[in-house]
Amino acid sequence: MSARLKQSTLARSLAVVVAGAVVLLIATESLSSYHNLQLSYGAYYFTVLAGLTVLIGLNGQISLGHGGLMAVGAYTVALLVGNEGWALVPALVAAVVTSSLTGVLVGTAATRLRGPYLAGVTLAFAVGLPSLADKYPATFGGDQGLTINPPVPPSWLGSSFPLERWEAWIACAGALVALFVLQNLVRSGVGRSLRAVRDDEIAASLCGLRVARVQTLAFVVSAACAGLGGGMLAAVEQLAAPGAFTLQLSLSLLTGVVLGGLGSLTGAIWGAAVLVLLPGWSNDIAHSFSLSGNVSANLPLGIYGVVLIGSMLLWPSGIQGGVRALGGRLLPRLAPNRPSPAKPPQGGQT
Amino acid sequence: MTKFIDLTLNGVSTGAVYAAVALALVLIWRGTRIVNFAQGGMLMITTFVASDVINSSGSYVLGFLVALGCGLVLGAIVERILIRPVESAPPVNAVIVTLGLLILLQAIAGMIWGNSPRGFPAAFSIRGYKVGGTRLLFAPNDTFIVVLVLGVALALALLFRRTDVGLRMRAAAFEPEVARLLGVRVGRTLTLGWALAAVVGSLAGVLVAPSVFVGPNNFDPILIFGFTAAVLGGLDSPLGAVIGGVSLGLALSYVSGYAGSSLVTLAALVILVAVLMVRPNGLFSIAQGRRV
Repeated sequence: MSARLKQSTLARSLAVVVAGAVVLLIATESLSSYHNLQLSYGAYYFTVLAGLTVLIGLNGQISLGHGGLMAVGAYTVALLVGNEGWALVPALVAAVVTSSLTGVLVGTAATRLRGPYLAGVTLAFAVGLPSLADKYPATFGGDQGLTINPPVPPSWLGSSFPLERWEAWIACAGALVALFVLQNLVRSGVGRSLRAVRDDEIAASLCGLRVARVQTLAFVVSAACAGLGGGMLAAVEQLAAPGAFTLQLSLSLLTGVVLGGLGSLTGAIWGAAVLVLLPGWSNDIAHSFSLSGNVSANLPLGIYGVVLIGSMLLWPSGIQGGVRALGGRLLPRLAPNRPSPAKPPQGGQT
Repeated sequence: MTKFIDLTLNGVSTGAVYAAVALALVLIWRGTRIVNFAQGGMLMITTFVASDVINSSGSYVLGFLVALGCGLVLGAIVERILIRPVESAPPVNAVIVTLGLLILLQAIAGMIWGNSPRGFPAAFSIRGYKVGGTRLLFAPNDTFIVVLVLGVALALALLFRRTDVGLRMRAAAFEPEVARLLGVRVGRTLTLGWALAAVVGSLAGVLVAPSVFVGPNNFDPILIFGFTAAVLGGLDSPLGAVIGGVSLGLALSYVSGYAGSSLVTLAALVILVAVLMVRPNGLFSIAQGRRV
């Protein structure tokens, strides 16, 4: 049984998702409402980062514009829930659809571009898209953005069920769905073709892969995740406004995914944790010293910059890479007779 | 008609600044294959220093020269300490390091000089020339900007094509191994490239400061449009950087004048996509086989 569990990707990722759901369910019961809110932030960041890590880590493209794709998802949810009175779940599905369609457009343009040229277009996308909200204030609410009503916990959970816990459930459910889909995708033939195109485009096309189509697909997958994350952001914060989707957001998504460890879904968890927790921690550090106003106001930003530079110099492959190296060094000492984990898989039933 | 002329002249003058930033980015890209997002922060720091020098000494020329000198030193230090370790790492790591440096420099500037922007003097009068009774939106200071940027571009072209140092820099950029075999100190040459680029960047900072003011985040749009201009022209071509910068300046000036300033960033996206769909490596790319 355990051998089959190890070989079936579907069963294994289902097990991971169920285990994750149980852990998160227990966690949300015991966390304060502030920490539940932070958990929902972490969940929607994770959703976006997991998609981005597939695009950058597994397919070798780059995007400085995923904040713009999050905006597409967020505005879709805000328009459908706020104006049309849709329920949240179908609105989130619609957010995935609209952002995927945007991803098809950007991704098709991206297939002709490499490296800094792709970075330039996606950067211009992140900077340019939010200005649509200013151009069409009647639809998108201008600078103020669109507000929606908070999601209501169903009545069978009791009338005193805290809103923050319900929001955390919604965000974590979305994150787990994204995790389940991506885990299967990464280990399937699609995942292999993504990596093949990243490693050598010419060899991949000789093997019959359509390079441009695979690259567009990678962009669409990551755009769908960004749209889902953006839609959950709109639901949790009850707002979709251009101020939330600045270039800084897009850049911090990129830094989160690299800091966590490129190409690894576990790395996306680390990245999301950094994005959510680091601002609070650096604020606490800044206020624990009695510094002058200017210095303490800018210290959190400075700490963020130092963390980015320092981690790239110390752990070039991100936190997950560092953890893996540490584990590789410690585990043989703890269990000297442990069989090598790099054993090739046995043939037979899959 | 007057509006068209005004927009054109204004576009040339802002485009010249984009061109200078694009030149700085192109210099670094050619040398180290890194897009230096920290350029916006580096030129912000040097402009702050220039502002302090001008305020305390009263001499614009002194402040100007100090800014360029600071750029030279800052560029060399950054390359030596921060960039050298990530040169062999995956390219996205270098992107993160330059982004981290941009954030760090903005924080440092905020700590030293505060977050509220301050004014910066212009080198020459900013009252427009008078032609036949109407005052143009083009002042002696704009002439100064355009002439200076064109002069720098020309000087760089001469440096690369006509001098030994320039030849060594080109060799170190395109074939580092062979250049090293032939006795070029590749590391030192790359440092020089970064220092030169930072000088050009700090020039752009001082030139644009009178119109955007000096603050930790005030140069972000200059960096974004400078990068757009560099990509537009082709990151390997200094000539492309200049032409990309001026054409972007012109196009955005027309869009802002005729269609409203809220569309400027969207127009930049449309222009960039339209150009790159036809020429994926920028306007002035050299036809080359894809590296396997």
